[in-house]
Amino acid sequence: MKKIYLPIMAAFAALTITSCGGQQVANDGTGRETVEMSGAGATFPLPFYTMTFESYSGQVGDKVSYGGIGSGGGIRNLKDEIVDFAGTDAFLTDEEMKEMNPVVHVPTCMGAVVIAYNLPEVEELNLSGDVIADIFCGKISKWDDPRLKELNPGAALPAKDIIQAYRSDGSGTTFIFTDYLSKVSESWKNTYGSGKTVDFPVGQAAKGNPGVAGIIAQTPYSIGYIGSEYAFAQKIPYANVRNQRGEMVTPSAESISASAGEIPQDTRCSITNADAPGAYPISCFTWLVFYKEQNYGGRSLSQAQATLSLMKYILSDSIQQTTATVNYAPLPKQAVEISLANLKQVTYDGQPVLK
Amino acid sequence: MLLSAILIPVICCGIIYSLSYDASPAFGHFGFWNFIFSDDWVTTSGKESYGALPFITGTLLTTLLALLICIPFSLPVALFTGEYFRGKKIATVLSTIVDLLAGIPSIIYGLWGFYALRGIFMHLNLSPQGSGILTAAFVLAIMIVPYAASLSSEFIKMVPSDLKEGAYGLGATRAEVIRRVIFPTAGSGIFSAYILAIGRALGETMTVTMLIGNTNQMPDTLRTTGNTMASIIANQFGEADGLKLSSLIAIGLLLFLITAIINMIGKILIRRAQHV
Repeated sequence: MKKIYLPIMAAFAALTITSCGGQQVANDGTGRETVEMSGAGATFPLPFYTMTFESYSGQVGDKVSYGGIGSGGGIRNLKDEIVDFAGTDAFLTDEEMKEMNPVVHVPTCMGAVVIAYNLPEVEELNLSGDVIADIFCGKISKWDDPRLKELNPGAALPAKDIIQAYRSDGSGTTFIFTDYLSKVSESWKNTYGSGKTVDFPVGQAAKGNPGVAGIIAQTPYSIGYIGSEYAFAQKIPYANVRNQRGEMVTPSAESISASAGEIPQDTRCSITNADAPGAYPISCFTWLVFYKEQNYGGRSLSQAQATLSLMKYILSDSIQQTTATVNYAPLPKQAVEISLANLKQVTYDGQPVLK
Repeated sequence: MLLSAILIPVICCGIIYSLSYDASPAFGHFGFWNFIFSDDWVTTSGKESYGALPFITGTLLTTLLALLICIPFSLPVALFTGEYFRGKKIATVLSTIVDLLAGIPSIIYGLWGFYALRGIFMHLNLSPQGSGILTAAFVLAIMIVPYAASLSSEFIKMVPSDLKEGAYGLGATRAEVIRRVIFPTAGSGIFSAYILAIGRALGETMTVTMLIGNTNQMPDTLRTTGNTMASIIANQFGEADGLKLSSLIAIGLLLFLITAIINMIGKILIRRAQHV
């Protein structure tokens, strides 16, 4: 027994040594060694990131791990300098930016919040912003309310109480949804406002998209908001929403991308209630955020180069085209161009990282 | 051995210390009693105001209701296995099944409640939205039955047989023996079994989160939705920071204290019961 044991141990030891020892060169034209990167944050784009980071690792050689711990947690990790980048659905506010060293926002893909419902008798549901706001604050409490009838002339709306479902956990989805409601309804803005958790006065709450979707699926005459990526993947019925131009828009990859419109240089902008033609009005960007000065917490130049190489990879055409396969929408051209320009501003010891 | 004997109290004190330390901004900002008795939970930035009363109420309501629902299920089981069919095969089978209930993870109870029970509650019009305090308490009751039943059964078995035989010898019926001999003798033991069951119900998180509806207002009837101390923490700490995070930790500290006090009462009562 002992005779067999020894060679096996030796083989193991040899394996571990070789796997740690050999320096690999990253396949991105910079000639640096491969590194391990870690990010954390928003769960909304998680399926897209998982897919993209995996194909990036395969092509370039760097290892990328991403923890879906929520936007707030991601930013906290970035502040603690324990990650290379953070994912967030809500861009950092001016006050938050002041508390940190300068950061760069890179939009990675687009998504939306859809209004899902459970109405056994109704095939298609049309809604407008003010009606959604009044449903979620309880002013419209019956499905056969005259304002709902006006939007849905042909539909057999039942005389049942509306059961509202919302997120019990803090979430970017809630932020996008209430940001939209605050823009379309003055009374919503003044009473409840927008945020990752909002004090909804009526209905019931559940944890995560699966929780809200579960309530809607299980409860006839319910309505709630869920992330488009989840609704598209699960084929949950969702409503058309009237946009600022008065068009009834069905959420889809095209109508979400259409809502981007004009983007500022730092890409921090809310695109809810967009004015663009064919725009689905409850759309959003999701961002990766990282420090403009990459030499912090003992990070190497290779680490900085790898971070930027990953960002360029995500912004590339071939990756943007894969967004639809995981139920997101691609970035418009302008957003990609601005972001590539922003990447050139990133420095290591004051020197630009990208040549 | 000495090391681990020292380590456990040290860890326990460490937990209390770090909870109190992180909770102090909330207590400092709102005042200790004001935090406990305020029913505000406003997360809108600028108007932030946090109070623990809706959650303390939710926790106590679900726990007490669960206890009330649990008694008619667990006491007969305890008598069945501890007295009527004591030592018989059927009693062993029953107590094994009841103990099995204790081993089911709470997420499974949550799923069952969410997919099976909610529909029934809505259909029976017990709860307009399916979720709510009543639904959560009902599932909690089933979860604590094994704790209450098996411990009570042990105390019922501990009643000295000469006492019971004496009673039978005087011509008492079985019902009279149970009422006049077993309950008075095992009473404080049975009581403590329920106290420990309460301890379990107080901190239950997953099942309650899935079934209670998670609304932060004061519940006005048992049919409405609410929230408990454990479930508000589980729901909101992920994206919380600053004052909100501190308030959640303060709620955690309060829950820790409530659970500790109730468990302590249970322990004291058990000790008394064993001395009888």
